[in-house]
Amino acid sequence: MIKVDKVTKFYGEFPAITDLSFEVPKGEILGFLGPNGAGKSTTMKILTGFMPPSSGTVEIAGFNILEESLNARKHIGYLPETVPLYLEMNVSEYLSFMGQIRGMNSKKIKQRITEVIETCSLQDYYKTIIGKLSKGYKQRVGIGQAILHEPDVLVLDEPTIGIDPIQVVETRQLIKGLGEAHTLILSSHILPEVSMICDRVIIINEGQIAAVDNPKNLGTNLSGVERVEIEVKGPNQEIIPVLEKVDHVNSIERIPITGSGYHRYQISVDVGSEIRSQLASVILENQWELLKLQSIGMSLEEIFLKITVHEE
Amino acid sequence: MKNLIAITLRETRSYFSTPSAYIVGAMFLVLTGVFFVFDITRPFAEASVRGISNWSGSFIIFLAPLITMKLLSEEQKLGTLELLLTSPVREWEVVVGKYLASLFMLLFIQSATLYYVLLLYIFGQPDTGPILSTYLGLVLHGAAALSIGILGSSLSGNQIVAAVVSIAILVIFSFIDAVASLVEGTAATFLNSLSMDQRLTDFSRGIIDTSHIIYFLSLIVIFLFLTIRSLETRRWR
Ligand SMILES: Nc1ncnc2c1ncn2[C@@H]1O[C@H](COP(=O)(O)OP(=O)(O)OP(=O)(O)O)[C@@H](O)[C@H]1O
Ligand SMILES: [Mg+2]
Repeated sequence: MIKVDKVTKFYGEFPAITDLSFEVPKGEILGFLGPNGAGKSTTMKILTGFMPPSSGTVEIAGFNILEESLNARKHIGYLPETVPLYLEMNVSEYLSFMGQIRGMNSKKIKQRITEVIETCSLQDYYKTIIGKLSKGYKQRVGIGQAILHEPDVLVLDEPTIGIDPIQVVETRQLIKGLGEAHTLILSSHILPEVSMICDRVIIINEGQIAAVDNPKNLGTNLSGVERVEIEVKGPNQEIIPVLEKVDHVNSIERIPITGSGYHRYQISVDVGSEIRSQLASVILENQWELLKLQSIGMSLEEIFLKITVHEE
Repeated sequence: MKNLIAITLRETRSYFSTPSAYIVGAMFLVLTGVFFVFDITRPFAEASVRGISNWSGSFIIFLAPLITMKLLSEEQKLGTLELLLTSPVREWEVVVGKYLASLFMLLFIQSATLYYVLLLYIFGQPDTGPILSTYLGLVLHGAAALSIGILGSSLSGNQIVAAVVSIAILVIFSFIDAVASLVEGTAATFLNSLSMDQRLTDFSRGIIDTSHIIYFLSLIVIFLFLTIRSLETRRWR
């Protein structure tokens, strides 16, 4: 549905994104993750045809965004980062205008406004002047206009920024729901958000793709290790040598904890080796007490830092 | 075409929903009114709208940019231009749509001066021909000034900058005949032919010269075209 091929964008001399290529198949929710200045917004402005790339091509629903721009744009719903709205209009007037310039007829507009108002929980603000809405509700109006014409492709640039924690939960739910009917690409620098909403994540840093995967796999594949955390009651000096002899164990790290009597270890093991039962039986054979045994991935935060922070 | 109408309607509604347009309009009316009164209360004054024409020609230099300055500036500043230009709308529909709204606004303000014309008919026997030609001239002149104003507003996200740029261009087009008097020959003829003021004066004398009409219409076309290009190249910046 979205095809980005070797896209580069220079602002003057400065390359904001370099040689970016990826595809988003129909129905997927793709998360675009990166620190400030990574080039997320730049990419979205290019995807939606607001800015042409310096080189490379973008295809939306089979239409080249430059050569068949009008056709491509018909398939896009876009929420820019700044949530631009006409502040002097009320919500329904605004949505109606956005419907008109998307070529919808007035009957369809009426019907869709009712639906969108409901989807975005704007019932109480139907006739409110947009300038008087709170940030969170403006955001909803912004999302509302993006989905109004039921576009195939939805591009949302940091859709949950500036929304309070309670509304954020609702907004994320809303976005996840939208993913059912649309191909969706959203940017964020909030990791739990991306891992909750998205099917696949692209991590972008300094204008280049640093990693692509689904949120679960990112943890294991990227770090190249899987880890198991255990808590055992027994003599520390004996436990470590015994556990080190188990197959597929790479290294063992003791995690200091208060309240003694038992010890916590993080054991890094070969990817794909399922050795939890072996660990358990070894511990029981030695007649130590096993209090906890859990497989842990690397958190997205850790991956994010690992990828984006240069190790000198 | 539907896009164009939607944009014009939205913009027109926006003019009437903010106080600035009323303030600008009222100022214009008071000023033209004052000069109208000066003109018709002179000794041996004739019942004509020349007072309005002479002065509103100059006022337009400020009035038109005040009307148009927000048209594209505000959209750039608020970022709504990003939504407009990523919708399936062509640049010319945006420009012409907004231009038409500003034209409606100007006609609305100018039509209020008809009140003074009404007074003329009540208290005197004005010559209808020159009044009609004057208004034709005023509308054409105003429409051309608006097209310069919208170009200015496409150039900057700052409304003040947009207005200043437009005023500067308008001043050149209005007073270029003064420069023409300093030079001679074809250069003078050429510079004179660019002047808006000379032509407006002709209209107020009751002369409807086709070349004047073509001149103003050409200005409109040229400046709208430049605005469209300016909007297109904005994307490439
Ligand atoms: N109009 C512009 N002119 C010049 N440089 C720009 C422009 N817009 C963005 N940049 C630069 O390009 C880089 C990428 O910016 P971009 O807005 O795409 O980042 P982002 O990933 O969206 O960041 P954020 O998380 O802060 O929104 C930044 O270094 C920024 O300074
Ligand atoms: Mg951004």
